[in-house]
Amino acid sequence: MPVIKSMEELEKIRKQAKDMINLRVDNETKTRIVVGMGTCGIAAGARPVMLAILDELKKRNITNVIVTETGCIGLCQYEPLVDVIQPDHPKVTYVNMNPEKAREIVVKHIINNQVVDEYVVPNI
Amino acid sequence: MEIYRAHVLVCKGTGCVASGSEPIMEAFQKELEKKGLSKEVKVVQTGCLGLCELGPNVLIYPEGSYYCTVKTEDVPEIVEEHLLKGRIVERLLYKERDTKERFRSLMDIDFYKRQKRIALRHCGLINPEIIEEYIANDGYRALGKALTEMTPQGVIDEIKKSGLRGRGGGGFPTGVKWQFAADAQGDIKYVVCNADEGDPGAFMDRSILEGDPHTVLEAMAIAGYAIGASEGYIYVRAEYPIAVKRLEIAIEQARNHGLLGKNILGTEFSFDIFIRLGSGAFVCGEETALLASVEGRRGEPRPRPPFPANKGLWDKPTIINNVETYANIPEIILQGADWFSNIGSEKSKGTKVFAVGGKINHTGLVEIPMGTTLKEVIYDIGGGIPNNKKFKAVQTGGPSGGCLPASLLDMPIEYDTLIQAGSMMGSGGMIVVDEDTCMVDIAKFFLTFTQEESCGKCPPCRIGTKRMLEILERITNGEGREGDIELLENLAKSIKASALCGLGQTAPNPVLSTLRYFRDEYEAHIKDKKCPAGGCQALIHYEVVADKCKGCGMCVKVCPTQAISGERRKPHEIDLDKCIKCNSCYDRCPFGAIVKL
Ligand SMILES: Cc1cc2nc3c(=O)[nH]c(=O)nc-3n(C[C@H](O)[C@H](O)[C@H](O)COP(=O)(O)O)c2cc1C
Ligand code: SF4
Ligand code: SF4
Ligand code: FES
Ligand code: FES
Repeated sequence: MPVIKSMEELEKIRKQAKDMINLRVDNETKTRIVVGMGTCGIAAGARPVMLAILDELKKRNITNVIVTETGCIGLCQYEPLVDVIQPDHPKVTYVNMNPEKAREIVVKHIINNQVVDEYVVPNI
Repeated sequence: MEIYRAHVLVCKGTGCVASGSEPIMEAFQKELEKKGLSKEVKVVQTGCLGLCELGPNVLIYPEGSYYCTVKTEDVPEIVEEHLLKGRIVERLLYKERDTKERFRSLMDIDFYKRQKRIALRHCGLINPEIIEEYIANDGYRALGKALTEMTPQGVIDEIKKSGLRGRGGGGFPTGVKWQFAADAQGDIKYVVCNADEGDPGAFMDRSILEGDPHTVLEAMAIAGYAIGASEGYIYVRAEYPIAVKRLEIAIEQARNHGLLGKNILGTEFSFDIFIRLGSGAFVCGEETALLASVEGRRGEPRPRPPFPANKGLWDKPTIINNVETYANIPEIILQGADWFSNIGSEKSKGTKVFAVGGKINHTGLVEIPMGTTLKEVIYDIGGGIPNNKKFKAVQTGGPSGGCLPASLLDMPIEYDTLIQAGSMMGSGGMIVVDEDTCMVDIAKFFLTFTQEESCGKCPPCRIGTKRMLEILERITNGEGREGDIELLENLAKSIKASALCGLGQTAPNPVLSTLRYFRDEYEAHIKDKKCPAGGCQALIHYEVVADKCKGCGMCVKVCPTQAISGERRKPHEIDLDKCIKCNSCYDRCPFGAIVKL
């Protein structure tokens, strides 16, 4: 970080630095992406899915999204599972994820606000 | 910038370091590395959360889960379960005392929920050694606002309007003090921060310096702009090594980024800050003694006036404020005087941090709005008195303060109410005592402290406190005489009236307040040679209540002098000649058959 020579520069640094601590504030109002990380989720490849999501968010500079994991939710045959939970929206569950599909979801659902119907959990 | 999906905040305040948070932090780093999670999960060190007693403390975000008394063995489980699989480790979460409920988030627990954090706003939430984390939380914006949008007088007016009063003891209006220094003649002026924190029960200043050092630097720079100073000194006790280290790092960072030094934020204003280490004498916290010590002279008080605002450091106009006072300044500048003066009560604005300790379930640092009642602090936040004992008194204001009885529990905490009741706000020590504590003994404890710390410059304090202490000693030894109470009162009055500095002037307070509210206890010691609370060794003896004694022999085992004898399953007896009053049998007896009389 350079010498800060004006209020504008301070403001710029503040905006960048906000990403560093974003995770610790206002978490109730943020979109959450939840990856199933039960034993079978991990076996089915949930880790690469999680890493792909993090990588895609980083590439696109999106910091106001929470990425967390959850344990077994009893849908083992559909793993890896990814939930997208937005405030004031019903939860959307995506099934049989892989890294490519996961990236698609970041772009379409998180950025463009479009649910990707073809990956959504079938009615069971 | 890397994106992390989780932050593990490990408290590295003095309390948690002492209970072992450093190896915990290393264990997290190692375990995350092992599991290949270091790129997703960041480990962050923070300052004190205020719950040191439960340390080492760990917070995990985004959930905000609060894990307390964490051991290194627990770390692999937290990493595997919480950070890898997303299953919070319930077993290690903080648990509320009277319920079975385990709390996921720190902010949900009673101890935190009822607090209002201004001075402690960043403590435990940011890494104090990374200036960006402070800037991200609006750090140095108040300084920028003051320098670019406000005149020096505008800053002083804002502080005056906020109603902020000193948090270091005296409670003097901060804005008025700044006005005096601004109006004083002189081209060189100084800003001083009092981080001596001499009250033995208090540690809020240490926690602020450890957890949020930049806030103090920013506030001092704002003060410098307001009064026209270009140098500041922080006087901090050498016994606070972590605080000193964090301050040094913070000053270095602020200088590197042009937030201290020449032409701050591209303006005409220049300001720099230096650290001076104190040796920890209580009297060095008194402002004139402190200034003498900064100058390299003996830390002895001198008469006021002249006040430091006119003749301070090297005889130049100087303001001296407490750490917690400064910690409020940036928020007042950013959010405005009206915001601040809406918090608290009519005469005492804002919040105060208290270090709550003694016979109370949750000890720790709490920041509450002024006007909160003692009862709310002790019961709602502090969780009441342990072991079903009865509340007896609360001591506020440290060695300069007094003891308040149960009848005053509903009193709102304000500068003036506390003084009327014979105590004071002081720096915010709050010690709760229960029915087993002797009030004469408490008074003796505090007077012993002030007597030892008296610098000896003036006779009323040096000799007077010694005389008072001798009287208290003979009272607690069962040698009290008729007239001792009156003697104490007379001595107290003359010391208060004639001592040179605040140390001597307030030293009699613990005695006077206990005489005011617990006079009968003094009388019992003197007239009946009894200590009603069973606290004074010389006045009690131990007996076995034959009806309750089951003859289990537990007491026999713990007695270090073989003073207890008796046949199994028959009532035992204590040989008073052999008994050394160690209290072991009293603590050990499972049937409550041993009594102190
Ligand atoms: C014996 C004695 C000890 C004191 N110790 C401290 C101290 O440790 N910290 C502190 O801030 N003020 C202490 N004070 C109060 C200071 O003299 C001074 O009033 C205070 O630092 C002013 O800052 P404030 O207006 O922000 O409270 C002490 C006063 C006396 C008489
Ligand atoms: S009152 Fe006590 S501490 Fe203060 S100057 Fe006198 S002797 Fe020293
Ligand atoms: S108080 Fe201590 S010394 Fe006295 S009888 Fe009990 S255990 Fe023995
Ligand atoms: S372990 Fe994934 S659904 Fe059962
Ligand atoms: S030092 Fe960790 S909570 Fe106080």
